[in-house]
Amino acid sequence: MRFAPRQLRWAKWIVFGLSLLPLLRLIALGVQDRLTANPIEFITRDTGDWALYFLCLTLTVTPLRRFMGLNVLVRFRRMLGLFTFFYASLHFLAFIWFDHFFDLAEMMQDIVKRPFIAMGFLAIVLLVPLAMTSNDFMLRKLGRHWSVLHRLIYLIAILALLHFWWMRAGKNNFAEPLVMSAVVAMLLALRLIWLRRDSVRRP
Amino acid sequence: MLIKLPCSADPLPSEITALEQFQSRRHFLAQLAAGGLSASALVDAAMANETASRARLAARINPAYTVADKATTIADATSYNNFYEFGLDKGDPMVRAGSLKTKPWTVRIDGEVKKPLTLDIDSLLRLAPIEERLYRLRCVEGWSMVIPWAGYSLAELIRKVEPTGNAKFVEFTTLADPAQMPGLGSRVLPWPYVEGLRIDEAMHPLTLLSLGMYGQVLPNQNGAPVRVIVPWKYGFKSAKSIVRIRFTETQPKTAWNGVAPDEYGFYSNVNPEVSHPRWSQATERRIGEDGFLTRKRKTLMFNGYPEVASLYSGMDLKKFY
Repeated sequence: MRFAPRQLRWAKWIVFGLSLLPLLRLIALGVQDRLTANPIEFITRDTGDWALYFLCLTLTVTPLRRFMGLNVLVRFRRMLGLFTFFYASLHFLAFIWFDHFFDLAEMMQDIVKRPFIAMGFLAIVLLVPLAMTSNDFMLRKLGRHWSVLHRLIYLIAILALLHFWWMRAGKNNFAEPLVMSAVVAMLLALRLIWLRRDSVRRP
Repeated sequence: MLIKLPCSADPLPSEITALEQFQSRRHFLAQLAAGGLSASALVDAAMANETASRARLAARINPAYTVADKATTIADATSYNNFYEFGLDKGDPMVRAGSLKTKPWTVRIDGEVKKPLTLDIDSLLRLAPIEERLYRLRCVEGWSMVIPWAGYSLAELIRKVEPTGNAKFVEFTTLADPAQMPGLGSRVLPWPYVEGLRIDEAMHPLTLLSLGMYGQVLPNQNGAPVRVIVPWKYGFKSAKSIVRIRFTETQPKTAWNGVAPDEYGFYSNVNPEVSHPRWSQATERRIGEDGFLTRKRKTLMFNGYPEVASLYSGMDLKKFY
């Protein structure tokens, strides 16, 4: 499948609009006072969920290209990656605003004391350089280092999952983390398989 | 093919479902369709459907048991519940607890007592004068509400059954009927849900046997038809929809304590000094008040009920959390 430049522009706007829907939904629910009795928790969990979903979508681009030859999808990968960062940032903002009311000292204490928060914090910190180097200028400037740097996304995926599991620990409610882990494990396993195959091929 | 001819012994549809109920279901379905089948429409419809149908429960305000805090709205208190027998989401109990049959209902009171009893709800309602008490409720998850409960001190009931000298603990068992409780398929907790108190905690006048809230009988999602309220402990200690109260010599094996003993102690007194392993207990978010524009509020020792401190004199509350 190929897109003409004009079609691609349209397609990008459509993907952009779709990616904003989770945020628009939150706003719509908020306006209607339907964010449950604990809106803060709802917003925090919902943005966290969507950050993880977009991370998975971003990681799905390459497998789809390889298996189905949908090379055009790579044109959307940057946007999906940036939406991962966008929802993760909203999630983080909810944490520092609603949980700690911008008391940074208190927030740092929480990060140091609680491993599940530390995992999430590390994930968002590592996402920052990826978001900052996602423009064409940095891509060109970094050259082959760029793709090495952006392999950090695999580590970020694992940290995000640990964050999710740990959050649920002690309440035994692991259905969602289990599904997400299975998806991420599959996506990462594909990379390992390709890595092995490629290194075998290269003498 | 089965062809079913109506026979005179069969009940008419109208005998099975009263007209009013049928119409309210129609109304519910219509609302559901209008709301585009969204989850929140389901919640709204469930809310409208069940607040209208609860019986009033007359209770005299007991001024000795009140707090200055503003009461949480009934809408919040009935739509944000942890009642895993009806599902793991906070909104599940309101939507799904309609299947709980609260009449007939009996509570068996036995174990280390001289006069074991089985009481139905009407006898429980008559056992002592019903009082309204405004209590703070602090969930172990870090949120809180303020609820006007209706009931009487559990001690009134305990005195009726005359515990023996061996009775050191009281164990509360929640109903576990898969036909009425769709959440029982989940493996999150061992069923039935069991909670417990030391006998002196159970006898403390603050410990309430609750049959209602907000001037009505208990909504199903809040533990109808009868539950305990122990306001100085985290909410999960206050067992809902109780079918058995047993007096024991040894400490009962309670649900959350059995699942994660490092996270949920047997005592589970509200204590801002003792962190949960995954979050601090120093502050709490009052539902309907704190968070967007204000800081979370400080959690008070024993949830602001210092009169219970003497129950624990000499105990290291960091060890017995």
